[in-house]
Amino acid sequence: MSEDVWHERDTTPSAIEAALRGLLARRYQQDRAFVPARVMNLVVIVERAFRGEVENRLARVGRYHPSRLIVASVEEKRTELDARATVAAEDTVHKPGHIAVGRERVEVEIGPQQLEGLDTIVDPLLVSDLATMVWAPHGHRAGVDALRRLASIVLIDSLDEPDLREAFERAADLTGSAYVVDLAWLRSTPWRERVAASFDPPAMRGALGAIDKVVVRHRPDSTAAAVLFCGWLASRLGWRPSALSHRRDQLTGHCRARRGEIALELRPQEMGAPGLGGVTIEMASGEAVSLDRGPGGLRAVRRARDGGEQTWTVLGASRGESGILGEGVRQALLRDPTYKPALEAGRALVG
Amino acid sequence: MLGGLLEHVKYIPSNFDDPAGYKALAELLEKFDEAAGQPLNRAYYLSTAPEFFPVIIEQLKAAGLHRHPKVDVRVIIEKPFGHDLASARSLQRVVSGVFRERQVFRIDHYLGKETVQNVMAFRFANMMFEPIWNRNFIDHIQITGAEDLGIGTRAGYYDQAGALRDLVQNHMLQLVALTCMEPPASFEANKVRDEKVKVLTAITPPDPADTVPAQYTAGTVGGEDVAGYLEEEGVPERSRTETYAALKLEVQNWRWAGVPIYLRTGKRLARKVTEIAVQLKPVPHLAFQSQGSVGVQPNQLVLTVQPNEGVSLSLGAKIPGSRMRIRPVNMEFLYGSAFMSQSPEAYERLIMDAMRGDATLFTRNDEVDAQWSIIDPILEAWHSADGPLPNYESGTAGPANADALIGPGRDWRKL
Repeated sequence: MSEDVWHERDTTPSAIEAALRGLLARRYQQDRAFVPARVMNLVVIVERAFRGEVENRLARVGRYHPSRLIVASVEEKRTELDARATVAAEDTVHKPGHIAVGRERVEVEIGPQQLEGLDTIVDPLLVSDLATMVWAPHGHRAGVDALRRLASIVLIDSLDEPDLREAFERAADLTGSAYVVDLAWLRSTPWRERVAASFDPPAMRGALGAIDKVVVRHRPDSTAAAVLFCGWLASRLGWRPSALSHRRDQLTGHCRARRGEIALELRPQEMGAPGLGGVTIEMASGEAVSLDRGPGGLRAVRRARDGGEQTWTVLGASRGESGILGEGVRQALLRDPTYKPALEAGRALVG
Repeated sequence: MLGGLLEHVKYIPSNFDDPAGYKALAELLEKFDEAAGQPLNRAYYLSTAPEFFPVIIEQLKAAGLHRHPKVDVRVIIEKPFGHDLASARSLQRVVSGVFRERQVFRIDHYLGKETVQNVMAFRFANMMFEPIWNRNFIDHIQITGAEDLGIGTRAGYYDQAGALRDLVQNHMLQLVALTCMEPPASFEANKVRDEKVKVLTAITPPDPADTVPAQYTAGTVGGEDVAGYLEEEGVPERSRTETYAALKLEVQNWRWAGVPIYLRTGKRLARKVTEIAVQLKPVPHLAFQSQGSVGVQPNQLVLTVQPNEGVSLSLGAKIPGSRMRIRPVNMEFLYGSAFMSQSPEAYERLIMDAMRGDATLFTRNDEVDAQWSIIDPILEAWHSADGPLPNYESGTAGPANADALIGPGRDWRKL
């Protein structure tokens, strides 16, 4: 990977945009195989002191990197706008048909007072006609709100919000103007897929109407993922959720279905990666389906009416936490119609 | 090279209405002829305040500089060519009383831009667009001339002009003409201009309800707080001059009947961009499910004049994976990357063309007349309107009522 760099202190968005155009033209002159990626703009708002951690996460998104990355780095007491623009590309291999895919990155250093007008700084830097995703891993709501008129997608992680109710209210508010990709939701994806697959055989579909208890095991900081999982079940199966309540260290409650109540239990458990650790769905007949993290994949257990158990491993069911941001970027260009109903049910569960 | 040129540059100070200055100019031109051993072509370039155009032209005639028996004599006139239809016609009477039309080169520097000329190359050098370039396939056209800057130190000029005169009457209507004209039989100046005039005369002035004037208020641009128009230095306290204009036009001919053409221009908008966006109609039947994807959007062809000069075409493409999900992707051509050579500045090209006598990229008298015929009724309607002018915050995409002009069912492209 080689790169061309431009930087300027006390600059303007117009100057940065002109510099980017110049860098791109120079790249083309240097390498006819150069092709700028043109999929998505990603705007990341970070606290300057902690940007290294975010850089590391972005470095791990791999092939799902955005075409143009704009990092707004916020620093206390800063009044000037400094910027650094980079156009990088894979080193050319001179053979027919080869292309060197480019990446563009702009880092603007701003003060907190510039967050409310961040849209006027970022707007000229976006590649026109591409989807724009905004991510603010360190909060910076004012910056996200300023960018709402530009953003078609907002990336959030409901796990980052200390107050679950507030996290879901914020997510619901954002869905009013943008497509929301919630990493907490994505962490439950392999679980949702496997649960759906477990009930997919025609013989099992009838059991969906007989579910009477759902237990979700999650890392203590990942209650949001567990609630969203329950919200998903409720919204898909037509359950009416009621507010959960704390019982010892876990959340319990119920949903109402046509055939009766479904008990919900959200149990925190110590585990390495954030997200869910296991799911058990029990039917009134005594049947149950259980999925738990295990070496190499999810450990699945199906219990029959007579108590007999069948156990197997679902190989490679999860991309793991290291791939979660890349999955968020990938999902940004899709439209998951199940998230909003699940979020609505989740809001009812947190009261 | 510059040194060689500057050796032949002479400066004659004079008032515009002083015959002695023109006599000195005539003597100097004769000296150039003597030094060259032959008479040289003449081009008089009028880049003064417009009120002096008639004075200078009359003085050129009085001094006998407007004709020469052996060489070509040309006059290049900068915009604005009039400030309304009556003044444009009055100026034209003076010009045509002195010069023949083939001697007159009215500059609209937009026409000298590579990307503007590329509109013609793009339309008439590619077979694939012509079959769809009509009302059967095109839903609407949006032409945007947005600037992020305010009026700067030009309050004196701008408050008299406004957005409609400053950009729409000339540059934007030229873009409309190039986008909608029929293919000329050849790129000879009058053949191209004949086609442009046909388009302009096919546009009836819009109903005032299909126009939106507005003025910028204080806001934020580039992260900095900026003043509103009325707070700019030199702007009258109660000025009703529009800094934003949006119009809906229709070209009343066989090709374009029923296709709305939306124009918008303004100062202190969210970003600087000049573009022509042609939106095609949606496909008549969609065989794919749109669930799980952004969905299928109508194709859009965007010709960007500045700053990122190029052409892009949006297409629906399948998202890789096991399901049939579609999302828009762009095919893009960028001048800065496709051509390694530096494009000439618009004025380089135009001055060279004027020296060569090629008027293709200059505005003919009947074009100017047709442009003002569209604009004049709008100006009259705006000037006779009472009440405050709608406004928009600096750094935004413009006034809210401009959305009503294009909607429902259509949206302005994001700036």
